[in-house]
Amino acid sequence: MIEYIPFIAVVTMIFIGLYAVLFRRNLIKIVIGISIIESGVNLFLITLGYREGGVAPIFTSLPPGTTYPAGMVLPVPQALTLTSIVIGVAVLALMLSLVMHIYRKYGTLDVRKIRRLKE
Amino acid sequence: MNIIDVLIEQSPALIIAIPLLGAFLMPLVSRINSTVRNIFGLLVLCLTGFFVGILASDVLANGPRLYIFGAKDLAVPMVRILFEVDSMSIFMALITMVLAFITLIYSWSFMKDHDGLDKYYTLVLLLITSTLGMELTGDIFNFFVFLEISCIASCALIAFWISEGEALEAAFKYIVVSAIGALFVLFAIGLLYAQYNALNIATLANVLKYTFLDKIILVLLLVVLGMKAGLVPMHMWLPDSYGRAPPSVTLIIMGATLASFYGVLRVIFTLYGNVLSTTMRFSIPLNVLVGWILITLAIISIIVGVAMALVQSDFMRLIGFSAVAEVGYMFLAIGAGIAALGTPYATTALQGGILHLLNDALDIGLLFLVAGAVYYITKKRSLDDISGLARNMKYTTVFFVIGLLAVVGMPPLNGFASKFLIYESVYQLNPILSIVAILCSILMLAVFVKVFYAVFMGPELPAFKNVTEAPRSMLLAMGVVAALMIFIGLFPNLVIDALVKPAADALLNHAQYIGTVVGGV
Repeated sequence: MIEYIPFIAVVTMIFIGLYAVLFRRNLIKIVIGISIIESGVNLFLITLGYREGGVAPIFTSLPPGTTYPAGMVLPVPQALTLTSIVIGVAVLALMLSLVMHIYRKYGTLDVRKIRRLKE
Repeated sequence: MNIIDVLIEQSPALIIAIPLLGAFLMPLVSRINSTVRNIFGLLVLCLTGFFVGILASDVLANGPRLYIFGAKDLAVPMVRILFEVDSMSIFMALITMVLAFITLIYSWSFMKDHDGLDKYYTLVLLLITSTLGMELTGDIFNFFVFLEISCIASCALIAFWISEGEALEAAFKYIVVSAIGALFVLFAIGLLYAQYNALNIATLANVLKYTFLDKIILVLLLVVLGMKAGLVPMHMWLPDSYGRAPPSVTLIIMGATLASFYGVLRVIFTLYGNVLSTTMRFSIPLNVLVGWILITLAIISIIVGVAMALVQSDFMRLIGFSAVAEVGYMFLAIGAGIAALGTPYATTALQGGILHLLNDALDIGLLFLVAGAVYYITKKRSLDDISGLARNMKYTTVFFVIGLLAVVGMPPLNGFASKFLIYESVYQLNPILSIVAILCSILMLAVFVKVFYAVFMGPELPAFKNVTEAPRSMLLAMGVVAALMIFIGLFPNLVIDALVKPAADALLNHAQYIGTVVGGV
């Protein structure tokens, strides 16, 4: 049971994030929601690479007596997570700067009032 | 080994590296002056185009080509990033390059009076890089990375006219939709990695078992990529962002959208190629189920796109909705091709869909260029404020008529060739689909004839008494597109034999794609 807890956390985070994106009216809260989904997905990737009792996958500084490769955690999901975090920061920065400009133009962050596009 | 062989061997990496390097050099080069900047942009694209060209000639002659980053060969374990280029990828890359050239030439005049152009050209080159990357990569995580780059670059370009609130709104909508979509793609990639311990598409396709998780992955990938391609019911971002982005970049954003469409094809035909005929519950094979779901959504897309285009009064937004309808036609053809997999007309449908991909890019692209020219001259968006432009803008009017006839599928223009293939093949699957498609094409004619009368005919408004023709570089860009469209319309067989048939065969023959990487399937 205990080994499922990370996966339950992943699903919970994704749903909390989706809830925020779908039902919150404040733009900042929508951005926070996307951020939570992203953390959930990152947690998922990290969980995939976990091995019980594994060490960090650095070849040159393996502790003596480690079996290769079974004694190391998987390096690929960690690389994926790092990439995804970097991308996430870029998207977050872009979204927040858009929110800032929208606030300057419309004077509000309420999605119900920001709908000049609808005809 | 002579120099050409070396260049061809290295070209998949160079196709990505050159525009990427060019994008980051652009701010530096822009400091010199604007002419140097324009020439530099053209030079970068010419070099990239050259490599795409030689790679295309090689791939079409000798079959798929592999490029492995950081290694000479594929040793176990297969965690290398690799690019796999087959006829379908290179067909998409060629479309992207055509769109990129037109965008760049058009931008010279169109964006001349704006500032921040170094950033503009940087973003354009980044978007081109990411689109090419999505099309050439053979690694699914790499696909995600390029998807995110394209999402960031297109969002910044949509919001480029930052002084307009609507542009910001469209950009925010776009980034919310595509950021969530991309995260779900990443989630699906995680699920794939968890099951099969691999990330490259060919290896995954080889070992895919079609478990319960694989069904979830298929749904996630199809929903997200379908949304990014503009399929109803997730199309709402498309008219907004097409309508509000500077018309000069709409073409290249459309290129990124088509790359997502390519992703759909890759997922269905290659990744799930081995399991497409698996029988599901009630003894329905998977391909029939997926095919009919796509057909249903496609028909709804066509109807919604045309119906919404009828009631729009904003010129560019109207074309955005007709772009949704055109995406519907492509999905209709692909859906029919999947649902009837194995029959001769399925291959025809697939070829029609792939040819329509090219035609859609050119037709809708030309209409956006014309809309951009009208906006450039009049600074008005609404159809109610523009009238009688044909008196002073003769060439633009001619180009609009060509675009109008092509988009509704009139012979002898290119739209006819692909739409006829689609009607003919879909008719054999179910006549009603074909009838709906033709009726919607006729409705589309009504939409654009209305636009034609509103914008180019009618009384001359005093405000536009002294308007002049669009600048030369914009006319050149429109002329090139129009010439291409007439050429494809007159000689569709040349294009179909040279590019479309190999692309369709590459999709159907997924064993070859897998075999190039895995070896001896």
